[in-house]
Amino acid sequence: MTKNIIFCITIFSVLFLSGCGGGQKDFMKSDESQVALRSIQSRAFDTTDKTKLCRTIIATLQDLGFVIDKADDTLGSVSGTKRAGYSLRMTVSVRPRGEKQMMVRCNAQYNLETVVDPEPYQQFFTALSKASFLEAQQVE
Amino acid sequence: MFTHNKILAYILLTLSFLPLVSCKSGIPKDALTLTPTSLADRQLETRVYETTDEKKLLSASAALLQDLGFQLDESEVPLGVIIASRDRNVTDAGQVAGAIVMAILFRVSTPVDRNQKVIASLTTKPIDNKRTAVRIVFQHMVWNTRNDLVKNECINDAQIYQDFFSKLSKSVFLEAQGI
Repeated sequence: MTKNIIFCITIFSVLFLSGCGGGQKDFMKSDESQVALRSIQSRAFDTTDKTKLCRTIIATLQDLGFVIDKADDTLGSVSGTKRAGYSLRMTVSVRPRGEKQMMVRCNAQYNLETVVDPEPYQQFFTALSKASFLEAQQVE
Repeated sequence: MFTHNKILAYILLTLSFLPLVSCKSGIPKDALTLTPTSLADRQLETRVYETTDEKKLLSASAALLQDLGFQLDESEVPLGVIIASRDRNVTDAGQVAGAIVMAILFRVSTPVDRNQKVIASLTTKPIDNKRTAVRIVFQHMVWNTRNDLVKNECINDAQIYQDFFSKLSKSVFLEAQGI
């Protein structure tokens, strides 16, 4: 009987330890929902001024309580972290889309996990849209 | 035998709950929304200077942050961004004394605050053809003697921001005079 108990505990401990963990190779895995996630994380804006859009992104992130960690005008990327008992990291990048638009893509990481819920991204784009006086357009 | 089975059942039940608890997640609903205090925070963190020379403001700000003991981590002049941080020891004699008392009375070791990292994120933004705004946000993180992160938040003390901007005004003046 004792043997049985030890066996069961071992099995469950292993299951528990492997349950949430991601292996070393997991970070390269492409999810089936990758396309859906990209669409959640991206919006197009009717502007061609990358620097101005980057500055608006910085101001929006600051208004939302983030501190800016990095910003690069050449790459058009801005990263920030919000610390409010938790850590919420965001990287927002801007690149041209066609002749007249800029594509804004952001991805968020809450503590140690990627945010896949569409709502926070929608909230961010609403705030960015207000700050830039431009409409955030959904893209496929 | 019956007791063994019962113990086994308890253990299995407990273990089956553990993965559920450890995977609990969720970003707070208001994490990316503007709160009623957003505007007040912006006002606290921003000052407007009567200049269009953004580079001069950034250079004066960098000099001031260095004066305050910060290390410059990042800067991106085309976007008007400077990021600096400062580490320091925040061991408090009162806390240590409390930990010693706890250790003597209850034989438990109580962690005390040890390291603090303050991050300053400064941005400049032209407002019109006469004025430029400077916004700075301070956040701090505190680790205890067990290396646990015990504080991880924004600094909202108005006095700190006022002190910073009054020093920045002087620094801008000194830069302008070439001192």
